[in-house]
Amino acid sequence: MKDALGSVDSVLVLGGGSEIALATVRALVAGRTRRVVLAARRPGELEGVAAELRGAGAETVSLVAFDADEVERHAAFVDEVFDAHGDLDVVLVAAGVLGEPEPAESDPVAAAAILHTNFTGLAAAMIAASQRLRTQGHGTLVVLSSVAGERGRRSNFVYGASKAGLDAFAQGLGDALHGSGVRVLVVRPGFVMGRMTAGLKPAPLSTTPEAVGAAIVAGLAGRAHTVWVPGPLRFVFSALRHLPRPLFRRLDL
Amino acid sequence: MSTSPSAPSALLTGWGLTAPTRARVLRPSAVPDAAALLEAAGARGAIARGLGRSYGDAAQNAGGDVLDMTGLNHVVAFDAERGLLTAGAGLALGELARLALARGWFSPVMPGTSQVTIGGAIAADVHGKNHHADGAFSAHVRSFELLTADGAQRTVTPDGDPETFRATAGGMGLTGVVLEATVALTPVPSDRMRVDVERARDLDDVMDRMEREDAGYRHSVAWIDCLERRRLGRSVLIRGNHAPPGATVARAYESGRSLGVPPGVPGGLLTSLTVRAFNELYYRRAPAQQRGRLEPLDTFFHPLDGVRDWNRLYGPRGLLQYQFLVPFGAHETLRAIIARLAAERRPAFLAVLKRFGPGHGMLSFPAPGWTLAVDLPAGDPGLRATLDAFDEQVAAAGGRVYLAKDSRLRPELLEAMYPELPLWRAARNRLDPEGRLRSDLARRLGL
Repeated sequence: MKDALGSVDSVLVLGGGSEIALATVRALVAGRTRRVVLAARRPGELEGVAAELRGAGAETVSLVAFDADEVERHAAFVDEVFDAHGDLDVVLVAAGVLGEPEPAESDPVAAAAILHTNFTGLAAAMIAASQRLRTQGHGTLVVLSSVAGERGRRSNFVYGASKAGLDAFAQGLGDALHGSGVRVLVVRPGFVMGRMTAGLKPAPLSTTPEAVGAAIVAGLAGRAHTVWVPGPLRFVFSALRHLPRPLFRRLDL
Repeated sequence: MSTSPSAPSALLTGWGLTAPTRARVLRPSAVPDAAALLEAAGARGAIARGLGRSYGDAAQNAGGDVLDMTGLNHVVAFDAERGLLTAGAGLALGELARLALARGWFSPVMPGTSQVTIGGAIAADVHGKNHHADGAFSAHVRSFELLTADGAQRTVTPDGDPETFRATAGGMGLTGVVLEATVALTPVPSDRMRVDVERARDLDDVMDRMEREDAGYRHSVAWIDCLERRRLGRSVLIRGNHAPPGATVARAYESGRSLGVPPGVPGGLLTSLTVRAFNELYYRRAPAQQRGRLEPLDTFFHPLDGVRDWNRLYGPRGLLQYQFLVPFGAHETLRAIIARLAAERRPAFLAVLKRFGPGHGMLSFPAPGWTLAVDLPAGDPGLRATLDAFDEQVAAAGGRVYLAKDSRLRPELLEAMYPELPLWRAARNRLDPEGRLRSDLARRLGL
């Protein structure tokens, strides 16, 4: 159970291989989180991480196979996890692909694959998770959105569109769950320096997986529905959203 | 009564307004209803709830059923000769006191709020300012009717079934649902208290006075200013006895007075600055020494009941109360905790210091020693680490925190704090082998 100061006992991560997810789980385990379920496409690759988390104080770290693309499996997958592990205080939705702008902008199949994983697959998984959270009467669904979803940009707009869709979906789901004891927390990081963005030029106000993890832990303790990382990006993007289009187009974002 | 799956569900919190969870809320209006509702409880079980004055999650049951017992507030019998009152578990102690006072009796134990039901008083084994003299609430319970998970209703007395009695007194509602109880009331000569008020300059001073003189007072409490750093533990000592007959009556005992706080108060009102100003004022206003002041029972026993929903003053993040006990002799732990609260300038509203006598139930909070209760805003930065450190110190000293106030204890420390926990677990497993009585507190602490 979550306690009065926002500490949680258990977490399920969809996309357990993600750097942001791992930074978040490390921060949670450094607190009071004792039960961790990491779901990833190749769970076998996470054995080292699981050992590390156990060493840091986690009582159980379970690795399970999860593929965001297989939407037909999501309901059964979520049921299996909840049936095996009992109540889960946090479900962190961190799966997703960045994709290469080049094929995505010209190859319909490549574009559809990004949209299917980042939007369709995760939205379906959130539906499944929200059902179980609603039944248990408590919990937080944390969704990794991105500032890239705030406004379609000429660079990597397929990825941006997938995040825009997921963000809107999460907001609506959050309102639908209002009063159920379940909260949806949308996390909008800026440019995160890490494996996923290696080789790309860091944007201003860029951040790190650790900073995103810390912001998520802080967000769990509060009552907010949206967390920006770093915080000032909220104001940057509320300005960018209203910038005239010809001007926005010429910005190198 | 309602048993349909579409029965009203609600987001519930404790008095601290933290960690809300959703449950189906069912309100039995007669004893047989309660049995039917418990039997119909779903996979996530049920827990009884009274007036929601536990600070944490003791009377919440996420995704399950919560039995709102306040409808079972009937008086079954009142023997005004012997001072024995039998009533439904939902009767509030304030209401009990009002009824009893008309015949020269009073509740044997009165916590800081009168808005505690008889069932809640048993489940948390509540104490008042008279614990050093009279013990906790369960010491005055002659018997209670317990509805257990198997649907049976049993009459439990301290001598007839001591295991069930001692597991239920302080058992946080997890052994069954208390339906009715017979309580031995305390005779009072008037509806007034004769009160001595004095200022104590620091912690040594107040503890010394309490140790030397508490035997002369039935009720004793000290309000400590935890924000004062130069004279650590400066306090206002308030002690009294029931006044003799003939004391004038300006106003009868009232269990719920009016002035209220509206919902939606923003956070950040109670900062270390504002709380410090209040504490200063409170200390300055108290007389250096005043003897024999006559005070009505209600303002003496529950000054904060005068402001309805005062918990809302803490804003949307809510509050918690850290109440701990250390055995006599562990003064240094108490001093270290007060010193750290002061050093970190925690916005601790007047903290309450008391002396306890022996305890009763397996999970009852009171035991011989000192107890301090401090209200703190849940949003206060860094609070978690500070309170976690306090838990360690308290456990190391052989003390404990009060489960009715708790909303954040690390479960690993529970057994160190409650040595009778294995006994209690054995009793609970006998009474409720399937764990049908469940609460968020039980889930959080692995009770």
